[in-house]
Amino acid sequence: MKKLKYALFTGCTAKQSTPEQMMSTMAVAEKLGIELVELTEASCCGASHLQDYDEFLSLVLNARNIAYAEKQGLTMVTICNTCQLNTAMTKHKLDNDEALKAKVNEKLAEVGLEYKGTSAITHFLYAIIDDFGLDKIKEMVVTPLSQFNIAPFYGCHNIRPSELQNETHNSKENPYNPTSLDDLIIACGGKNVDYEEKNKCCGFHVELQAPHTAAVLTGNAIAGAMDGNADMMVTPCPLCHLKLDTQTAHASEAIGRDVELPVLHMQQMVGLALGCTPAELGLNHHLAKVDFV
Amino acid sequence: MSTEHKITTQQVNFKVFRFNADEDYLPYYEDYNMEVTSEEVVLDILNRIKWDHDGSFSYRRSCRHGICGACAIKVNGRSTLACKESMNDMVDLFGSELVIEPLSKKRAIKDMIIDKADFWEKHAAVTPYLVADIDETPESENLVSPEDADKLDEADLCIQCGACHYACPVVAINEDFFGPAAFAAAYRFDADVRDSADSRLKDVNEEKQGVWDCVKCFECAEACPKDINPIAKITKLHQMAFQEGIAKNNVAVRHAVGFKNSIVKNGVLDEGGLVLYSEGPSIVKHIPVALRMFSKGKIVPPWGITKSDNLDEIKKLVKSSSTAKF
Repeated sequence: MKKLKYALFTGCTAKQSTPEQMMSTMAVAEKLGIELVELTEASCCGASHLQDYDEFLSLVLNARNIAYAEKQGLTMVTICNTCQLNTAMTKHKLDNDEALKAKVNEKLAEVGLEYKGTSAITHFLYAIIDDFGLDKIKEMVVTPLSQFNIAPFYGCHNIRPSELQNETHNSKENPYNPTSLDDLIIACGGKNVDYEEKNKCCGFHVELQAPHTAAVLTGNAIAGAMDGNADMMVTPCPLCHLKLDTQTAHASEAIGRDVELPVLHMQQMVGLALGCTPAELGLNHHLAKVDFV
Repeated sequence: MSTEHKITTQQVNFKVFRFNADEDYLPYYEDYNMEVTSEEVVLDILNRIKWDHDGSFSYRRSCRHGICGACAIKVNGRSTLACKESMNDMVDLFGSELVIEPLSKKRAIKDMIIDKADFWEKHAAVTPYLVADIDETPESENLVSPEDADKLDEADLCIQCGACHYACPVVAINEDFFGPAAFAAAYRFDADVRDSADSRLKDVNEEKQGVWDCVKCFECAEACPKDINPIAKITKLHQMAFQEGIAKNNVAVRHAVGFKNSIVKNGVLDEGGLVLYSEGPSIVKHIPVALRMFSKGKIVPPWGITKSDNLDEIKKLVKSSSTAKF
């Protein structure tokens, strides 16, 4: 197989509040022999908030990020669900509206860039599944996670709106019954836990303005996984991870029940199965206990 | 190519929510095993349960044409307009074990019938009608141009079925929250050139009840049987608040604006700076968690942030492409 190579849009959290996500992404890519070229020029995607204030500015900034991936002729890979949504949504809008694309390109021309629409944009989870293949991962597993019940937590912005999301990857996902992360858990040798909250919202985006709503959603998610007898949760989204890993005190208070589980980034789970060390995967950066290792 | 239309059949097991608030202490599920044809919609199944199995089975239905909004229920947790949803698609999505439930179990009165009072109260709260000075003796037609009509962005297609409302996780938690259907209605009238209501946009921008409490989960976009995409209307209501100059100086609004401030300074986000700008002095409530995060290397001080390369481009673009003010 030809060596896989992508332009990596890290997003902001991977460089700040979830350093373990950056570490584990690079560690897993190395194990799988995938080359990731970091888009160091990229700005923040606006995290689904900037467009509430200034939609055009959000489109221009996201188009600029995509233009850098296009310059390299590479597919853009994201490691954050919200980055994925914002960039893919920008691409969808520009690719389907010539007038808007021209307007955005008029701005990008000021800095010598152009959005063409030539690069695909996909989340690392789907890049692994579509391009690398679960069977090959299965073959490479050296530490099967067979003694663990693992609860997948998909994160809204990878599965909804499904029409847009399913444009970005081959393996079609049903937002009411997603399977990609379950399949990856199984490929890593783990037992996937089915529970009602696996495709629900973690509340991250209203943590500041509606802390109670946010805490109840986080609490329900962890409680659902615990009731499903999970030993840990796993998520492809660093924003979900922040909620599930760092906000357990608020979540417990909000739902009147102590909730806490080890929460792995999708990359950390794959890394463990492939034989990376806990230090390589940054497990020391977690707030919730990860004492199963 | 053959135009022959082939009808297929398959065996499906339905687990159906049953509850009669007048008699039952708790709801229960009844199993109905049926042969389903590819021609049928979900409403046909509800009819067959009532007509062939149990005459007391209750549900709302009227037009059977996807226009009255009466028959919305949930199939395997998915909001569904029963008269529009093909059984084939449901089996494709979920397999041959289907769970039939009302839109909201906690609001169930009898089987699929729920008390939709909360939905209607919230709908009424957003002034869901045109507010305009009408010339009672007009001399010509009151025309709306096709361009102006397009601004409604199909929000006027809403049939008030409640599918999005009862799919919204915020509605389930925060009883003040208007919900996606009410917001779509608010947008429908606020975007109408003939409208001159002045309280509607303010109402949907209030904390707790308004658009700023939306969690951005896109459940409403997924649930809507008319493809109205309520969350896109919610985004537009956010933007209109800035355009009309009524966005309040509160934590939610500053949180949206703060991204721009951060981007122009660093390209990337300054996470701590964003929280500080959004919260103001209230940031003290985050200190306990922040200290724990700091001890685990999860907080980068402002001087430690790796700024985007070619930051001058970003600064230039923010300057030239900004369209909103706060």
